[in-house]
Amino acid sequence: MKRLVSLMLALLVAHALAADARRSGFDDMSPQIQAMQRDDAANPAMLWVKEGEAMWGRECARCHGDAATSMRGVAARYPDFDTASQRPITLSQRINQCRVTRQHSTPLAPESDALLGIESYVAMQSRGLPIAPSADPRLQPFRERGEQLFRGRIGQLDFSCAQCHDEHAGQHLGGSTIPQAHPTGYPQYRLEWQALASLQRRLRNCMNGVRAEPFAYGAPELTELELYLAARAAGMRLETPAVRP
Amino acid sequence: MARALITMPTTAKRGDVVEIRTLIAHPMETGYRPGEDGAIVPRNLIRRFSCHYHDGRDEVLVFSAELFPAVAANPFIAFSTVATASGTLRFSWSGDQGFTQTETASLAVT
Repeated sequence: MKRLVSLMLALLVAHALAADARRSGFDDMSPQIQAMQRDDAANPAMLWVKEGEAMWGRECARCHGDAATSMRGVAARYPDFDTASQRPITLSQRINQCRVTRQHSTPLAPESDALLGIESYVAMQSRGLPIAPSADPRLQPFRERGEQLFRGRIGQLDFSCAQCHDEHAGQHLGGSTIPQAHPTGYPQYRLEWQALASLQRRLRNCMNGVRAEPFAYGAPELTELELYLAARAAGMRLETPAVRP
Repeated sequence: MARALITMPTTAKRGDVVEIRTLIAHPMETGYRPGEDGAIVPRNLIRRFSCHYHDGRDEVLVFSAELFPAVAANPFIAFSTVATASGTLRFSWSGDQGFTQTETASLAVT
């Protein structure tokens, strides 16, 4: 089973390298916004990253040491399997789990500046690395459920994620180009929201867009979707912290 | 708590033009938007930004800006000045609801 999953992932990556029709949202942005993302002095997400760096020094470094080595490549493999709960877990959930079980501290609220700060600091250590989903075979059923969620129609508008982001990607919705929805730069600074935002906020916002009841932050369905999206984007370079319009 | 990032060289030759880029965390709330309860969210803007260059003897205002509701959250302000002598640059932001923040950076001129 494990071999099969690794093979599938390897095929996904090989396919990607052969003729990659996949585009990061970065490729469809205006040159001005691309420049903003490339330049750390102009990227507003760095405000959160610096906060996260300070928190790392206060709370995480004592065990995990230098993030540049200990956290390199970590964000590229999440969501990963959590043995304790026998479920996939996202990077931000792992951070909160570490806070609660190891530090005996309180979990940080979803979308709080503190959580986004530490998550973006950790994720930035993998900037430029290819997305490399975990080959743990126990993840496979969850990944399949994620794909079902991606392809299932929801909401009053009765749309699935795939209808826009697979079938109509590159076309326009209002004034915006429909992206292929590869999670290459989360947490990312969205100019529309004027804030750093997690992938779950993005997913929930899309669900609101098709007039569906969004899953709550931390819901298992969102983790499963994240898991599928990571496999779909396997091999693409991580850009965290990205800027998007 | 506010956070500010300042990007500029730490050393320069006398007469060089030095580029300074500043970024500050601030909501820049316009005072025109209703909140979740329907009530108008009170205006909360940075109104003024200034940069003073202290070259050891005098302090000179080298750049200032007034900010208005159309400026996005987390304002990014970039400008340049001429390196005249070693000293410090003092950046200050001030605004509604008693907001003030000051940061300093030193510049060594050879």
